[in-house]
Amino acid sequence: MSSTLARQQPRSEAATDGQPPPQAAGYIEVEGVCKRYHSRRGETLALDSFSLSVAQEEFIAVVGQSGCGKTTLLRILAGLIAPTEGQVKVADQPLWDGGKRNDEALAKLGLVFQDANLFPWYSVEDNIALPLRLRGQGKRERIARAHELAELVGLAGFEGSYVRELSGGMRQRVAIARALSYNPEILLMDEPFGALDAITRDRMNQELQSIALRTKATVVFVTHSITEAVFLADRVVLLSARPGRLRSLTRVELERPRSLDVQTEPGFVQTVKELRHQLMEEDA
Amino acid sequence: MRLSGKLLPWISTPLLLILMVVIWKLVIAVFDVSEFVLPQPEKVLTGIGDLVQTDGFWKHVRITLTETIVGFLIALVLGVGMGSLLGHSVFLERALRPAIVASQVVPKVALVPLFIIWFGFGMTSKIVIVTLLAFFPIMLNVMLGVRSVDPGHREVMRSLNAGRWATFWRLEYHSTLPYVLAGMEIGIVFAIIGAVVGEYLGGNEGLGYLIVASLNALNAEALFAVIIVLTALGFALFLAVVALKRFLIPWHESVIGSDRVIA
Repeated sequence: MSSTLARQQPRSEAATDGQPPPQAAGYIEVEGVCKRYHSRRGETLALDSFSLSVAQEEFIAVVGQSGCGKTTLLRILAGLIAPTEGQVKVADQPLWDGGKRNDEALAKLGLVFQDANLFPWYSVEDNIALPLRLRGQGKRERIARAHELAELVGLAGFEGSYVRELSGGMRQRVAIARALSYNPEILLMDEPFGALDAITRDRMNQELQSIALRTKATVVFVTHSITEAVFLADRVVLLSARPGRLRSLTRVELERPRSLDVQTEPGFVQTVKELRHQLMEEDA
Repeated sequence: MRLSGKLLPWISTPLLLILMVVIWKLVIAVFDVSEFVLPQPEKVLTGIGDLVQTDGFWKHVRITLTETIVGFLIALVLGVGMGSLLGHSVFLERALRPAIVASQVVPKVALVPLFIIWFGFGMTSKIVIVTLLAFFPIMLNVMLGVRSVDPGHREVMRSLNAGRWATFWRLEYHSTLPYVLAGMEIGIVFAIIGAVVGEYLGGNEGLGYLIVASLNALNAEALFAVIIVLTALGFALFLAVVALKRFLIPWHESVIGSDRVIA
């Protein structure tokens, strides 16, 4: 495992005017994505011409009020719903081709939901190895990989347990391990720790940082907590509410991984404050 | 605490039995009940001994058991099939709902004489009755089960780009199985009722027929003996389903919590 602590990728300047940074094609390219929902009461624009370019190994956090379309954005990135307009490209490959998803692009994505969504009929190791089983990998390799991942997420010794025997935090660890099992280069997380208590959440956030760095994953992390976003991310995307638009893009100039103490540093506090103001302005 | 929870039924059940026998004897003593109406418990016990040794007793048991199991298995296949179909197709379910409700409301045992006219006095008519009775609880449970697959779980499979077959085998099958087994638990009890009622009304074989024969002979002892044998039979079949459940879905809440219900 090479040291990824001191990462020296050239980074473009942060854009704060709602435009994507003018850099060469990023690892994930979101190009003018719109999403309209049709219901009996008419049309809702959930996401409006959203563009973003994400570099490899970058950690992006998406914040916004509830209902601002951040989950919609993540679900589009994950290939679960098709954008009404625009395109998502993963490593130069379009994710959507007409109504069909590109298998190759899809295989680069690992998804973690707010609910762990584990299968209660499988043990921890079978849950972790589910994606490998779907890919037709042999049992021995599967089990070996599941044990390796259980260790990575701090669940060594629980491989044979059933889901019901695990706490909420442990379940999310399993969900993360499952998402990592097939070595996706991109980890998409939709408020993965939203249902956890504050202490567990802090610990999970710290562990997520080291997991992300060790696996060299590019992460898009949706949350409603500004503190959590600033703590985790290289860049924080702030979405405006209804329709979801890119409101601002803020770079967090702190080396990853960060310790919890960072949260009391002036720079951190200042960034959180600014973002909070932006969010409040919108309410007014 | 855990131990006493497991031991409790082993203590309470014999106590309940003793209590029942005491009340039984008390009723006979206090109201001076004739032994043609309510025989002494010990007489019933010897009655069972006599019954078991009767010529053809095991044949009757075998016939009732065959009818119950064959009819139940047919109901299982049809119930799972229909249930999955209706669970998947809202259109079909809507179209057939009035018919389903109607066929549930019909007191199905009222149809028994018809089946005897159509299918004769042999085992066939009873198997049809058993199937009819056991079918509905199984079908309705399976339908519910198919509908109850967690949308979050579906999303996991979709995000992993799982195909139709993999989604069935890794998700829908496991997710629906507890419902199938819950339907089977109810279905097996209905199946025995169907077999016995069928035998009441037609033919000269099976434990249901033995009950009618005992009644005609005004032999209360034998009547009680057959009822007890039938209870034991029902219990054995029900336990078989419970055992199957423990084997197939050891992860499910209904299995984890059942230690105390059925020891």
